[in-house]
Amino acid sequence: MRYVLPLLLATLGVHPVSAQTPVPEIAFDSAPNPLSLPDDIYLGEAAGVATNSKGDIFVFTRTGHPTVSLGTSRTFAHGGSRLFEFDKTGKFVREIGANSYGFMVAQQVRIDPQDNIWVVDQMTNYVIKFDPQGRVAMLLGRKAEAVTVPAPPQRTQAIAGGAPGAGEQTDLFERPTDVAWDAAGDIYVADGLGNARVAKFNKNGVFIKSWGAKGSEPGNFGTARSIAVDARGNVYVGDGGNRRIEVFDGDGNFKTQYTNVGNPQALCITPGPNQVLFVSNSNPPNDIDTAGEIYKMRLDGSVIGKFGRAGKLPKEFGTVNAIDCRSENALYVGEIGNMRVQKLTLH
Amino acid sequence: MRRCLASLFAVALILCAGPALAQRKATAENVPEIPYESVPDFLKLPAGEYLGEAVGVATNSKGHVFVYHRSAVTRLFEFDQNGNFVREIGKGYYGFEFAHSVRVDAEDNIWTVDEGTNVVTKFSPEGKVLMVLGRRPLAEAGPIATYTGPNLPAQKYIFCRPTDVAWDPQGDIFISDGYCNNRVVKYDRNGRFLAQEGSEKAGKDPGQFNLPHAIAADAQGNVYVADRSNFRYQVLDNNLKPKAVYDNVGVGWTVCVSQGPHQYLFASNSNPNGNRPGTWAITGEIYKMELDGTILGRFGHASKEFGGFQVVHMMDCRNPNEIIVGEIESWRVQKLILKPQAAKAVIR
Repeated sequence: MRYVLPLLLATLGVHPVSAQTPVPEIAFDSAPNPLSLPDDIYLGEAAGVATNSKGDIFVFTRTGHPTVSLGTSRTFAHGGSRLFEFDKTGKFVREIGANSYGFMVAQQVRIDPQDNIWVVDQMTNYVIKFDPQGRVAMLLGRKAEAVTVPAPPQRTQAIAGGAPGAGEQTDLFERPTDVAWDAAGDIYVADGLGNARVAKFNKNGVFIKSWGAKGSEPGNFGTARSIAVDARGNVYVGDGGNRRIEVFDGDGNFKTQYTNVGNPQALCITPGPNQVLFVSNSNPPNDIDTAGEIYKMRLDGSVIGKFGRAGKLPKEFGTVNAIDCRSENALYVGEIGNMRVQKLTLH
Repeated sequence: MRRCLASLFAVALILCAGPALAQRKATAENVPEIPYESVPDFLKLPAGEYLGEAVGVATNSKGHVFVYHRSAVTRLFEFDQNGNFVREIGKGYYGFEFAHSVRVDAEDNIWTVDEGTNVVTKFSPEGKVLMVLGRRPLAEAGPIATYTGPNLPAQKYIFCRPTDVAWDPQGDIFISDGYCNNRVVKYDRNGRFLAQEGSEKAGKDPGQFNLPHAIAADAQGNVYVADRSNFRYQVLDNNLKPKAVYDNVGVGWTVCVSQGPHQYLFASNSNPNGNRPGTWAITGEIYKMELDGTILGRFGHASKEFGGFQVVHMMDCRNPNEIIVGEIESWRVQKLILKPQAAKAVIR
């Protein structure tokens, strides 16, 4: 095995962690007060942050827990998250999707090349496409009509049929986490924490296929935590359960994996001709004395540098769940633990 | 248990009854009564606004009063020094679900302790979130059954129904935690874990706690913990090592250390939530003490009437002669003007 492993790793294109190779530190700053919120609006856990082509900033945040109605035929739950838009200076513009049926536990927001706003909600199991005006343009998935009382022991709504994580071929999700598109507009959903797969739809929302199931083998996932697609159509999936990034072609064929950057809770690939990958080795929410740094990598998995650590001060991170990297040197990060968004300038 | 069942004494019955009726007559005797007045109509709420259970109350350096209360949703209100309503802070904030404490630090930052979300939040004087300690458990896919098993192991950065917060002169943070841990945790001013005393397990030894319900620190960095279900206050040094126990002033609901060159300790023997006949006769009073535990006097009594107390949950004692109390059961905040010069000894 000792002899086989390096060969196997080489075959798979794995870059093993080398403690002897120091990763360069990237100098950076965090802008003070990047978002100016109205006095009666507070960010909760800032699960998602993204910018559009004009630099407007969108934050999908957990502002409270879903509330349930007592005494109805079944137990219904609603509410718990809000989507806010800010202009490029951080000035509050508006709320989108107020009281939406699809908002319970905010998970991610991404902006596509046409400036449509896509949100992923890990409890309603919806991926919602809003057009730039904030109108609902497409829905993927469906919310469970009612909640189970008492809550099932494993936190999943099991509406997709089959055992959680079995990789069902279905267009329904179980705790999805992230969404990305290829150049043709095909849609890739990381699904997610309940399932462990990637679901692919065409640009019209037609379900094409899904791949992966719960597992640690190449092509499977512990959890499908995050997703990004490069200009060539390669799909990068953050596998939080196995602490690796897996790379697939657009049909789901496994190409390689990167195991050198920890728990990839947030992924972002820059636009433009020389694409780079940012990935956050996010600290667990119950500990700020470990991990937390963000890596800048080439698409081949080699690390360019890293910055930051877990903590509560500016320039420290509290469980980063989202990275926006529209500009390679001006990032936005959304944090779970610190309930905030930071605007980072890399030097 | 056998001892409880066998006993015919009322005290033992009360102790057997569980925390809902936990009460204890203070053993301190011949304590001078401190005269006081309650300021009429101190807080002036806008029409249509109500306080709920007024569990948290604190003042800042300008005398503004912050009330953290359990309304239909948990809310934080700010009033000026004359009791005029100024604004609401944290409306709809993720860290608010079931209020427990509000305190104001030396820089006038406002800290809330929420035992529903397990989150302690530092707000700037302007009401913006500066720091979050702890984490709200993620929403579940349905209502969850009340957990009744043994307390789960305490974690460095996660609280279990935390109760209160205090700071030493260096800005280090002390948190009493709480109903389902039984410990005090110390963090540095940036929120990094430094030490804890106690654990998830309740205990009676020095350095152990049974429902640490409130916390305060003095100018030397000593820490005072209302160890409620042990019917005592514990004094810890700055590294959380036990120094002293004050167990002669009743139940140990809440504690406050005044500011200024001569600091005093205030301790409330609040009447319980749920009272047997006669309970009010032996509970409800607040003690004024030296930091070393010497009792200087007492004031107040359990009552639903104005000027009396209905389960005092928190005290502000920035000025040791102007005590602001927040009460659970009368949904009320009162400002008390003490007249310690007029205190005279009474035989009890």
